[in-house]
Amino acid sequence: MSNTNPLLKAWYDKETRSVIVQVIAMAVILGFFAYIINNAIINLATLGKDINFNFLWQPASYDINQHLIEYDSRSSHFTATVVGLINTVLIAIAGIILATILGFILGVMRLSNNWLTQKIAYVYIEFVRNVPVLIHILLVHGIMVNTLPRPKQSVNFGDTFFLNNRGFQSPSPDFQPLFWVVAGVFVGAIIFAFLFSRYAKKVQDETGKHYPVALINLFAIIVVPAIVYFLLGSPIAWEVPALKGFNFKGGMVIRPEFIALWLALSLYTAAFIGEIVRSGIMAVSHGQSEASHALGVSSGRTLSLVVIPQALRVIVPPLTSQYLNLTKNSSLAIAIGYMDVVATIGGISLNQTGREMECMMIVMAIYLTLSLLISSGMNWYNNRIKLVER
Amino acid sequence: MKLINKVFTGLAMTAMAAGAAQASTLDDVKAAGELKCVVTTGLAGFAAPNAAGKWEGFDVDFCRAVAAAVLGDGDKVKFVPSTGKTRFTLLNSGEGDILFRNTTETFSRDVDLKLTFLPVNYYDGQGFMVPTALGVASASELDGASVCIQTGTTTELNLADYFRSNGISYEPVPIETNEEAYTNYVAGRCDVYTTDASGLAATRAKFENPADHMVLPEIISKEPLGGAVRHGDDQWADIAKWVVNALIAAEEMGITSANVAELGAAAGNNPGINRMLGTEGSYGEMLGLDAAWAARAIAQGGNYGEIFDRNIGPDTPLGIARGLNAQWKDGGILYAAPLR
Repeated sequence: MSNTNPLLKAWYDKETRSVIVQVIAMAVILGFFAYIINNAIINLATLGKDINFNFLWQPASYDINQHLIEYDSRSSHFTATVVGLINTVLIAIAGIILATILGFILGVMRLSNNWLTQKIAYVYIEFVRNVPVLIHILLVHGIMVNTLPRPKQSVNFGDTFFLNNRGFQSPSPDFQPLFWVVAGVFVGAIIFAFLFSRYAKKVQDETGKHYPVALINLFAIIVVPAIVYFLLGSPIAWEVPALKGFNFKGGMVIRPEFIALWLALSLYTAAFIGEIVRSGIMAVSHGQSEASHALGVSSGRTLSLVVIPQALRVIVPPLTSQYLNLTKNSSLAIAIGYMDVVATIGGISLNQTGREMECMMIVMAIYLTLSLLISSGMNWYNNRIKLVER
Repeated sequence: MKLINKVFTGLAMTAMAAGAAQASTLDDVKAAGELKCVVTTGLAGFAAPNAAGKWEGFDVDFCRAVAAAVLGDGDKVKFVPSTGKTRFTLLNSGEGDILFRNTTETFSRDVDLKLTFLPVNYYDGQGFMVPTALGVASASELDGASVCIQTGTTTELNLADYFRSNGISYEPVPIETNEEAYTNYVAGRCDVYTTDASGLAATRAKFENPADHMVLPEIISKEPLGGAVRHGDDQWADIAKWVVNALIAAEEMGITSANVAELGAAAGNNPGINRMLGTEGSYGEMLGLDAAWAARAIAQGGNYGEIFDRNIGPDTPLGIARGLNAQWKDGGILYAAPLR
């Protein structure tokens, strides 16, 4: 029953077979992608369209309501893209911060011994994470736009802050030259705090002497610049918003679209982060805190020195994927008209220029870059806190 | 390397063969037995499903007329709803055979987006709607206002140009669809809603009390609305173009859905009518259709005037006067090329 065919022989060899299977699989995958890419290029060519990015330097011709850099309708599509990118990054950072804070609170609440606290967190998490995030966004936006008063009936906080369905109006700072001294002191304080932490750690390692690092650093970073600020005679002129015509003039405005997107994304992601935090804390054996208590370490220091460092090792990897989800979910902004990168280059620019392939390629490249940046940042952090085995 | 090149060439040939197969839209439509017509997701009077789920409206009637001319039945239409953003992609990718979606003909759409525009079937212009209670009488008083605007339309660019050239500021509130614009406008998120004057009339008709809202006198742009087809299929473009022309010319000649059967039965004394209804000459054959193509298109929903009056005219909730859209003989600018 011996087979002499070399091909069959190779097939019956376990290692050779696995190589053959992998080569075939790779060829099929590459062939598939080659086919669809080629198909797209040929079909575009049939329509007489080429891949060309020159449109980026043409005037965009449309206005964007929220722009953190100089922009008007004569700016280029490229500038519009940057404006959209900044808006995306802004919502991602604001969302990640709020979602993390809320998530940790929810996670701790879930583990509380208090029946009511625990159940509130439980019901919240189960409700929120089982409803699509788009519904949350539309719901929050709808509530804001429909229930908040119109500009003339704004909720007035001391004639300085105003809340209405056009957003939250607040004074905007106008920096005087002396302000940069305060800024310099602030930067100096941060450098000091960094160096002082290292010094304190060194002293503690060598002598066991413990400095109240957090308190001193907080004083250096917040109180010292504040004192300098007032000593220099408050070198910021505030421009206070005032109702003029249809809307408030002057000051800054946080639009309902931003607030709705920010709250909805944060509240939604926080529910997932809450469960991640709970699992992380539960992963630390109870014996660890008992041992710590037995050594006479206080509850607070047990939490910060024993439980949290070990819990973080479990928390950080899934937390990274939640951060990525939040960033990518921010592309739903278009549903309520928040001008993120999908709404600018992937929306209006695409539409006005008809360059679908190019615009979508730019949008994909931007999201890919953002995601990789977040991932590498979180991986760096994960490496720092991971268990050092001795 | 050579092998890869061969593979690529092979794939390219396959793709080109696939591309060549869809060259004749007329054959595709006939083979499918239905016309895929790209319309709006819903704009009262222009294209919207009625209570029974049947599509009705001004744009819809043009779709049906083309279907009647080509397939002999105005009901053989598959409506493809589209937003302002998806319409051209749907047409260019072959999801639709023809586009009737109150679409403005512009240079960049015609040249850069590779569309062929059909004769204008509605002369429109961009206007502003405000609540009457606001006490605004002119668009020049809108400094600082929040303006709701459908994103992905020419109106977005006109708005930016208008406010810039008049040196007044505004806050654009971009909105995805007409319904959302309505919701935001009612909630007071914006002071003003801007779109084509016909769209404003359609939106205003939906209010419980239309008199609470007014359309400002300024018309800030020219919006010649018309159908469109893909570049590169001239026969199909000709068919669509002449169906539109025939409907406009039919009104001028007095051919209506009521008398078209009688007039088309035998050649009469009016050579123009004879040519259009196929009792004289062979115009239908030149298009690749049969002699009665125009007669069927007119019998389907009537001539241009009938379509206008039934969907958006003075007796409908939209209440739009003919204005610019009257025949050239009646002081409008509708002027169909002669069918000869």
